[in-house]
Amino acid sequence: MTSLDVGTAEAAEGVNAAVAMGDVMQKIAEHKGCGTSGGSGKASCGSGAGEGDLPTEIWEKVKNHPCYSEEAHHHYARMHVAVAPACNIQCNYCNRKYDCANESRPGVVSEKLTPEQAAKKVLAVASTIPQMTVLGIAGPGDPLANPEKTFKTFDLISRTAPDIKLCLSTNGLALPDHVDTIAGYNVDHVTITINMVDPEIGAKIYPWVFWKHKRYTGVEAAKLLTDRQLQGLEMLTERGILCKVNSVMIPGINDKHLVEVNKAVKSRGAFLHNIMPLISAPEHGTVFGLNGQRGPSAQELKALQDSCEGEMNMMRHCRQCRADAVGLLGEDRSAEFTTEKIMAMEVDYDLESRKAYQEKVEEERVAKVAAKQEELATLAGAASDIKLLIAVATKGSGLINEHFGHAKEFQVYELSTSGAKFVGHRRVDLYCQGGYGDEDSLETVIRAINDCHAVFVAKIGGCPKNDLIKAGIEPVDQFAHEFIEKSAIAWFKAYLDKVNSGEIEHQERGDAEIRQGALINAA
Amino acid sequence: MTLKIIASQCTSCSACEPECPNVAITEKNGTFVIDPKKCTECIGHFDAPQCAAVCPVDNTCVIDNAYPRYQAPA
Repeated sequence: MTSLDVGTAEAAEGVNAAVAMGDVMQKIAEHKGCGTSGGSGKASCGSGAGEGDLPTEIWEKVKNHPCYSEEAHHHYARMHVAVAPACNIQCNYCNRKYDCANESRPGVVSEKLTPEQAAKKVLAVASTIPQMTVLGIAGPGDPLANPEKTFKTFDLISRTAPDIKLCLSTNGLALPDHVDTIAGYNVDHVTITINMVDPEIGAKIYPWVFWKHKRYTGVEAAKLLTDRQLQGLEMLTERGILCKVNSVMIPGINDKHLVEVNKAVKSRGAFLHNIMPLISAPEHGTVFGLNGQRGPSAQELKALQDSCEGEMNMMRHCRQCRADAVGLLGEDRSAEFTTEKIMAMEVDYDLESRKAYQEKVEEERVAKVAAKQEELATLAGAASDIKLLIAVATKGSGLINEHFGHAKEFQVYELSTSGAKFVGHRRVDLYCQGGYGDEDSLETVIRAINDCHAVFVAKIGGCPKNDLIKAGIEPVDQFAHEFIEKSAIAWFKAYLDKVNSGEIEHQERGDAEIRQGALINAA
Repeated sequence: MTLKIIASQCTSCSACEPECPNVAITEKNGTFVIDPKKCTECIGHFDAPQCAAVCPVDNTCVIDNAYPRYQAPA
């Protein structure tokens, strides 16, 4: 009760903050497209925006949030607690019956938690992983279809681990009913999944919604959902709560329409738009999986993200993680923190040592930015229309620090004379299995990064090196353990020099595949 | 009659539990069950049985023919 009262007072203050926030949003809007004109070196102010590109208020809110800042996701970790099993809508890309420990997609968990177990888990994880700064409730159902469990969890955590940011992810149907409570718990990041603003399209994505004791179907259901989503979004942004919008790109259903969705959410104050590829395979048991609905290719996804980028900040580093994921984006340490293990853990929550660790992380970030700026200066004056992609094997910290054979994903950067811009990531099967290269997975790796000109790694064996060269992808290992962006720019500069001198000829690459199946080789 | 939950299909998502106007649904051995003594098929409360309306798996909350049809008190 007390915390709710406090929350109400803060919500009242939020009204003033909301006015300032409106200005800020306007500034961000005007600010778009800044990076393409050299100078700052950011090819976009999008989610990749760093301190210099964002108004201070926004930067303070997102700088340690891996899901809201591309820059932060190299350094900070998040966790989700699966306290919200119930859902109030049905989506054609979701079937909650199919759970599997090797499956990495939203709506899937291995264990449900009570709010008390969740609070203990958060403390255990935060003590083990000091760069864990964000707790999200994302399901496996809808957090706001389980309001008691969700808010009880927030309440417990805000008491025991006050430095951890709280966020939640919802389909939006119940959102307008809970906005004040959300503000009351200082939840300052909310993600709404909005796949359409046209009920005719919505009817192809959502078979039904359950609202006010009734199941609605078809266009009526979709109309209800979109109205509630947009109303909830407006209510949140009015209160100064940062909103991200997630959209699932479903080719042939909403792919073209998402440009309209982008405009609709931007005009209602959403901070960031995350367009994700549909994950769809028959073994998931979803309607889309079973009826053969395909997901987009890597280039189709990138083209849509690029076309929306002029409108607002785009997120491209989403890993579409499970509702019980733990760790840096792209890694999942949830298996280390099963309920059984947590309950046996002695937890000593040491706020000071967490702070000290995070200060070290900040130093690392500053060094990384400085290195990039310095390298970028050497590109000044270079004129070329060439834009190309590279893949990078990294374990985090913004460094090229992963072996080719150990990479479970590659980060993809777009290089041009305005610098290196993060544009996505590609999940792959492990190439190296217990010391031996697996030829089949090498093929899937090549398909996943087939649109890249080079792959940057800390180390790579002779065999895969030759196969990559044959496939037209240059393996680059001379920047091992150096900063990604700085190295990429240095390599790009040398590439341009070689093109200019006629030593090599620049060729466009083809498309790449987005991996659909379960992460069966998870180590 | 009352409704019953087909255990093999129940995902244990708990969506039905708070919707039941008769508090007839509880968790047992990892899935949810309906107490036939309490279930009224939502007659008098709602147009349709709430457990079936909110359940994410089709044909999982179904009429249990083993019991006589519920009679609303006159």
